[in-house]
Amino acid sequence: MIEFKMPSLGADMEDGTLVEWRVKSGEAVKRGDIIADVDTQKGLIEIEVFEEGTVDRLVVKEGEKVPVGTVMATIIPIGALESSRKESVQVKAVSEVKQKAKTQITTEPAKQPLKEGSIVSHKHLKISPLAKRMAVEKGIDLTTIKGSGPEGSIVKKDIELAAKTKEESHMEASEEKKEIASRGIRDAIAMAMSRSNREIPHFYLETRIDISKALEWLKETNKERELKDRLLSVVLLIKATARAIKEVPVVNAYWENGLQLKDVINIGFAVSLRKGGVVIPAIHDADQKSPAELMTLLKDLIPRARALKLRSSELSESTITLTNVGEGNVDKVFGVIYPPQVAIIGFGNIVEEAWAENGAISARPVIHVTLAADHRAIDGYLAGRFLTALKHHLQNPETL
Amino acid sequence: MNDQEVKATIFKLLHKIAPDIDPEELEMNDNIREVFGIDSFDFLQFIIGLDEKFGVTTPEDDYGKITTLNALISYIKSAK
Amino acid sequence: MNTKTTLRITYREALKHGLREALINDDMVFLMGEDVGRYGGAFAVSKGFLEEFGEDRIMDVPLSESGFVGAGIGAALGGMRPIVEVMTVNFSLLALDQIINNASTLLHMSGGQINVPVVIRMNSGIGNQLAAQHSHSWEPFYAHVPGLKVVSVGTHEDARGMLLTALESPDPVIIFEYTSLLNMESEIPLDSGAMDIDKAKVRREGKDVSIITYGPGVYKALAAAEELNLSGIDAEVVDLRVLNPIDNETILTSVAKTHRVLIVEEAWRSVSISSEIISRIMEHAFFDLDAPVQRLCGVEVPIPYPKHLEDASIPQKEDIVNSILNMVQYD
Repeated sequence: MIEFKMPSLGADMEDGTLVEWRVKSGEAVKRGDIIADVDTQKGLIEIEVFEEGTVDRLVVKEGEKVPVGTVMATIIPIGALESSRKESVQVKAVSEVKQKAKTQITTEPAKQPLKEGSIVSHKHLKISPLAKRMAVEKGIDLTTIKGSGPEGSIVKKDIELAAKTKEESHMEASEEKKEIASRGIRDAIAMAMSRSNREIPHFYLETRIDISKALEWLKETNKERELKDRLLSVVLLIKATARAIKEVPVVNAYWENGLQLKDVINIGFAVSLRKGGVVIPAIHDADQKSPAELMTLLKDLIPRARALKLRSSELSESTITLTNVGEGNVDKVFGVIYPPQVAIIGFGNIVEEAWAENGAISARPVIHVTLAADHRAIDGYLAGRFLTALKHHLQNPETL
Repeated sequence: MNDQEVKATIFKLLHKIAPDIDPEELEMNDNIREVFGIDSFDFLQFIIGLDEKFGVTTPEDDYGKITTLNALISYIKSAK
Repeated sequence: MNTKTTLRITYREALKHGLREALINDDMVFLMGEDVGRYGGAFAVSKGFLEEFGEDRIMDVPLSESGFVGAGIGAALGGMRPIVEVMTVNFSLLALDQIINNASTLLHMSGGQINVPVVIRMNSGIGNQLAAQHSHSWEPFYAHVPGLKVVSVGTHEDARGMLLTALESPDPVIIFEYTSLLNMESEIPLDSGAMDIDKAKVRREGKDVSIITYGPGVYKALAAAEELNLSGIDAEVVDLRVLNPIDNETILTSVAKTHRVLIVEEAWRSVSISSEIISRIMEHAFFDLDAPVQRLCGVEVPIPYPKHLEDASIPQKEDIVNSILNMVQYD
């Protein structure tokens, strides 16, 4: 039996509120399926499952707030379904025999063979086949419904009513949830950033990069592209960062009981919310994606991040953070590291600046890049190497 | 399509991109991107929207010509 | 003004009209059975036929069911189209060997060479104080046998028309007619003629519950449905008509529409037509059900002679109404 626990979506997360189960007991799940919506300080998160099997029991009830690590559901691993059923029946049978033995010890030893009926759970939910089918189609959780049919059974009418109520409450709830979520984000950021400044000895490096080649390359590329396929300069920034990480992997790590290098490059991309707050979805395996693929990914990720509709893996699996919050506003941004990561890269606005090269001065589009690094994990030399690598890649856009 | 209709369609697009900001707050000569806090990603979505609604394909070089509502409306009308 | 398009007629007369038309249509058709000729038929269905069609076509037979049913099967093999009348259904037990071992098997045993186009009519059911031996409902027995087509005449139109279609069948057809309906009057279209013997029929459309029935259950169910209508319950009435082979489609369509089923039949409950219908619903329409299928059947006792006990032994209109009110009380 697999225990599905309330996941930790970041070091600062202590608990989460189960808002809605997306699966029912008996439903098959596979890796990557979204099985629940959990309200955390980082918004309403779609929680994914990483096992394959059949949902056995939903332990935590909708609306319940539980600490990280609490068993939320049990899942029967694939292939184990039959044997586990038998097992559980046997276990019950044995425990009942024991129970009987206890009570009868004063009279005579238990001799009666176990009646078949005594094994069956008395809490069997009565539901008409039609209602059951409709519940599956409409995604209604049967355990929350009170049946109005014969013998308290759940019938068609009950499902129709539940579906109607669900729809109505959904519409109200989604607005409400957003409100609560955005308040929660404030708290989460406060907690994480305080911890960061308390625990992490930050140091900062800055360099400026002549980005004219990259912009030219982008312009040429976009000329050949359909409007909707146009690339933004940010994908080059992401891609160049991923390349630089490859060369200087120490920035891509967690500090948790010492330095733990990460072998995947999941770049957390800071997305600002207009009413305040920032959400950082992970761009998984950024080094393995082309600029066009990154663009496609962002088109999916950014709107979902703004709507606070991210998946658990997108929230919890970043290995380094990139912010270009400077875009359009400011020239430089010095970030605060998101623990347990060890680095955050900040891109400023692209501005035209005087650029001296080979004894001559000209105007060039320039971007200021900063690296805030955790001095427990990284020293100045490697941090500098990283920025140099980043510069190199941004100046050779055709290789990205 | 008259100016008011063009404006209404633009507002619809802006509302889709930044649902939490009321387009009516926008003055004719305000910088749209600044008022709405529109980043390059949002702006591209906006340009795509202009193409869909008006059939106006804005080249990157022209991004500077559509910073205000006034400029945008005349740009759309001349491009159509 | 004469614009009448329907005919008011008893069930007996409807049977008679059908029989007469069959005899007129085809010279190969003849009627044989106990008292069908000089007496005019035990239930007066063939009254006057001897005079009209003569001894060759209206044939009185000795009191030997095995013998004359066997003779009918022989005549069918010889190219005739015999209509064999077995007075009441209990007597058919004496002919069961002929019907099951010969009529239903010969096509199979001859490798498809020999058809047995015999039509056997029996009067069946409860309701005329004929006591335990003459009040049987043997539909389930016959419906059990492959090779027999078994039809149940639950309405006047079917009384008028099912025989004509049965005579077209190359294989044996058992027709159940009902003693209790003989004097009942109803309207049938003036041009009423042959009726199919393949499909069940929806006798009344409804959306809340399906009453599936046959034979005398049909009019009772329709009457019950009208009464239920006053309580705002819209019941559908399905007349099975053909008990072998059963028409799944009509049944399942109705179940998919109403999601609730009451089966009404006069035959004893256990191992009955209703048992079979319920099985089929479970097999094919389980996920359309919103309530357990219910049934009203004959009480499993020998049918009593006293009128009030006889009435109590089979489902009546009030029983149907009450059962359905019970089923839908949760709405």
